[in-house]
Amino acid sequence: MTDLTDLTVLDALQALRSGQVSSRELTQACLDRISRLEPAIRAFITLTPELALQQADEADRKLAAARRGSANFAPLLGLPLAVKDVLTVKGVRCTCGSRILENFVPPFNATVIERLLAAGVVVLGKTNMDEFAMGSSTENSAYGPTRNPWNLEHVPGGSSGGSAAAVAAHMAPAALGSDTGGSVRQPASYCGISGLKPTYGRFSRYGLVAYGSSLDTVGIFARTVADVAALFPVMAGMDPLDATSMDLPVPDTTLSASADLKGMRIGLPAEYFIDGMQPAVENLVRQAIETLHSLGAEIIPISLPHTEYALPVYYLIAPAEASANLARYDGIRFGFSQQEDEMWAIFRESRGGGFGQEVKRRIMLGTYALSAGYYDAYYGRAQKVRTLIKRDFEKAFESVDAVAAPVAPSSAFRLGEHTDDPIAMYLEDVFTLPANLAGVPGLAFPVGFDGSSMPVGMQLMGRHYREDQLFKIAHAYQQVTDWHRRSPQLA
Amino acid sequence: MTTYDEFEPVIGLEVHAEMQTQSKMFCSCPVLDATTAQANTAVCPVCAGMPGVLPVVNQRAVDYAIRVALALGCTIAPTSIFARKNYFYPDLPKGYQISQYEEPLAQHGLLPIITSEGEGVIRVRRVHLEEDTGKLTHVTGEGGSYSLVDLNRAGVPLLEIVSEPDMHTIEAVRAYAEGLRAILRYLGVNSGDMEKGVIRFEANISLRPRGSQTLGTRVEIKNLNSFRALERSVAYQIERQAETLRRGETVALETVGWNEAEGVTFIQRSKEEAHDYRYFPEPDLPPLVVDEAWVEKARALLPELPQAILRRFQQQYQLSAYDAGLLTAERDLAVYFEAVLAAAPGVSPKQAANWVLGDLFALMNSLGRDISSPPLSPDALAGLLQALSAGQINNSTAKTVLTEMAASGKSARQIIDERGLTQISDASFVSDLVQRVLAENAGEVERYRAGKESLGQWFFGQVMRQAQGKANPQVVREELQRQLDTLK
Amino acid sequence: MTKLSLAEVEHIAQLARLELTAEEKARYSEQLSAILEHAARLQELDTSDIPPTSSVLPTRSVLRPDVARPGLTPDELLSNAPRAEQNQFRVPPILE
Repeated sequence: MTDLTDLTVLDALQALRSGQVSSRELTQACLDRISRLEPAIRAFITLTPELALQQADEADRKLAAARRGSANFAPLLGLPLAVKDVLTVKGVRCTCGSRILENFVPPFNATVIERLLAAGVVVLGKTNMDEFAMGSSTENSAYGPTRNPWNLEHVPGGSSGGSAAAVAAHMAPAALGSDTGGSVRQPASYCGISGLKPTYGRFSRYGLVAYGSSLDTVGIFARTVADVAALFPVMAGMDPLDATSMDLPVPDTTLSASADLKGMRIGLPAEYFIDGMQPAVENLVRQAIETLHSLGAEIIPISLPHTEYALPVYYLIAPAEASANLARYDGIRFGFSQQEDEMWAIFRESRGGGFGQEVKRRIMLGTYALSAGYYDAYYGRAQKVRTLIKRDFEKAFESVDAVAAPVAPSSAFRLGEHTDDPIAMYLEDVFTLPANLAGVPGLAFPVGFDGSSMPVGMQLMGRHYREDQLFKIAHAYQQVTDWHRRSPQLA
Repeated sequence: MTTYDEFEPVIGLEVHAEMQTQSKMFCSCPVLDATTAQANTAVCPVCAGMPGVLPVVNQRAVDYAIRVALALGCTIAPTSIFARKNYFYPDLPKGYQISQYEEPLAQHGLLPIITSEGEGVIRVRRVHLEEDTGKLTHVTGEGGSYSLVDLNRAGVPLLEIVSEPDMHTIEAVRAYAEGLRAILRYLGVNSGDMEKGVIRFEANISLRPRGSQTLGTRVEIKNLNSFRALERSVAYQIERQAETLRRGETVALETVGWNEAEGVTFIQRSKEEAHDYRYFPEPDLPPLVVDEAWVEKARALLPELPQAILRRFQQQYQLSAYDAGLLTAERDLAVYFEAVLAAAPGVSPKQAANWVLGDLFALMNSLGRDISSPPLSPDALAGLLQALSAGQINNSTAKTVLTEMAASGKSARQIIDERGLTQISDASFVSDLVQRVLAENAGEVERYRAGKESLGQWFFGQVMRQAQGKANPQVVREELQRQLDTLK
Repeated sequence: MTKLSLAEVEHIAQLARLELTAEEKARYSEQLSAILEHAARLQELDTSDIPPTSSVLPTRSVLRPDVARPGLTPDELLSNAPRAEQNQFRVPPILE
């Protein structure tokens, strides 16, 4: 039997159902691997081994009952899962990668967590992230950076770097992240795995600690697109606790074995193939598109003319919303609190001392963009240009079913390479931001390795609520390629 | 020259009214009575502003808001937008309040008022929805002072009603405030219990020289929880601004609080510097859609409103504005009054009004009751008034019977019959009684004839005493006068 | 390029209730100015007839029936509180 931690989600579910493997065995295997690799990778902030084994034992009981025929198999029964520390799991510390929530224990589960637990998952722990999801490298974590399993001197990407690294390092078969400006797709690409940013409104945000409320989505990491698609229907669907979750039927995302993409029209936006991209990235992405073409897809050049404005639009809207979302961290009701004799001093010192540099920078930026006299020029204008970006996509989807593009201008950069230059860091997001601004789904998957053997991914962006089309295309690609079966050499 | 001769006060009112829904504005926590609830027993992650939570709008709160807006004649926006009002304070868990800013639920309404100057109309600029804050209690103990935060009230649905600065007298301010409160009570949206702090006022006052059209600098008075505080603080500000202007100085744009004990306003150092609330549309809530069907349904369910009933009472029953005003102060009272009239045809509305507003109220006060659970039904009171009106009993007997009715639950008829209280109107009986009294009191008769006219009242009292109070006073007076006249 | 002055940075920090060191203020002044410089690009576009996108979702009514449900117990609520007393959050005196 192969190392249990090499099992994909689908293979693991099958093995669990057949009784070939118990959830406890699988969970223990993951926990052992985590112990071995964590000192080098540091993917987790909080490990929950007791909780996990408890849940695994419960899952084993239910698996046995289902095998006896006295119950149904819950869709993900016994599956270990890592959860980005931005989603609340009741009774488990939730830090959001920040000092200001160092000891915060939420008294409620995020809705997606509720649904996954009901489906039988086992929670291994909370993974590392850029503080409050602000960053593209996981170097903004107050708990130290996570390292890329493919090369420990490189970043895993961000802000969901911990979850991406955990999956890439086979610490967990799947993990949850969040994507506000690319924070699932970019780390997926940097770590050579698959990652979904769903349509805004597809997954409930209740329990997802807010950064940019009109942009935030919960995302899924796994080593194959088919695996991602297996978790998708369990998490999707309207939530009465989230007024921004859409009441729409979940499409059938069962994937066929067929790799036929005849009839599928894929757009190639000129604006995403720019100077300054790493040549290897461009080449690998273009090769992947060729492969899609060979499977029958029609490749159509398109234009998304306002792409270049996505960066300034995002870096006005997201910080503005964040500046309000983070106002609740005041040292009064929860979180880090600086002991002071005067109330306003508590506010200022707790926030000043508890927040990291990037967070403070974005709060300042957001506060400014909303402030009296500046609203129209900054936030107001950004929301209007956002409409133009959204319309670019709507227009494109009149003639194509999916838009293909690179995920990042380069493969994973080195730790420390951008930490002194926030703008250089922001430029890492240029290809991923537009999907968040338009609310469209984006699916990232690996398409090769560059000259330094670092993974490169591409993304497909689709119509609102048509994740099924993205799964179909990417799954077809993964049937005729094997990038997704490569794994980093680790102990 | 009085202040009012010299200056015209220009006053606008902002009213915050809690709504009597079962649950809070954006979460399912119960809305509790602040005066009886234990601290922090109606709080959930949402209204506590914990990381990861989201608001969802309470449908009934919107429904109530629509009704109030319709009662005020406002135009309802088919879509309106929630907005974040950003500021920091320990009673504001999220660090922002979800409110409405540029696109509120309703605008352009009005409230008719009646003051000693006649009828007037105060325009309502806007009505919008928002959430209430928690409560801060200041504690002074050994080791200094500090505050405690209770979040029970955080998230309670709040209606904000903003008037145009159309009020120019304290009387108008009071009439507007009372009129609003009456509407809120009539619609069942708010209890109107001022002691519980369910309605709060903020007044904006500026002064201008009489005859001028330019607006002066306004002062805002916040946190007024009673009509008394409202009136007194406004009066104080008017005088204070007048003094400032008379000295040739300008009034400073400021926000003040009211110190009830000392009767002065005091500058409040602002909670939020220069009120930069950095409003932006609430990304967690879609636009609020209120379609025609919803508005029409709400309109159809509106009860007859206080101003309409007041006008009708004046026209239909020829009641004075004063009496009509008192009778329509509470919906229950107006309903009670009309039920009495319906059950007592032949009783004049004026008489019924006097009895309801006078004797019934006095009785209720003594029993510690109110019109929501009256000590006798409208039918019962109607029965009493009919007996009185028909002359079967006199006024003082009727008062006694009223008390007896409340105590025993018996009808007026029963008590009158059982106790033989039917008043005596028989002319010959009265005539004999008067004759006897005059005969027995020859001395007083002499003094009366000599000019002591006030003894007429004494004779009357004697006759009534002999009749054990049951004689018809009108008949007694007439007969007594007739007999006394013949003696002259 | 309009650079944010120290006074402006301090004003924003006060609005956001952030205590910043002198070094942070200087750094943010530089960095925020640079970011806003990039943001100025948005002025190039004609957005006069363009409505803002406050949400990418279609406009639809999302309302909750008015039913009360129990929430947290005071203990649960205060379990994360730095300072609590008499089942309430404790806050030192407020000096404006």
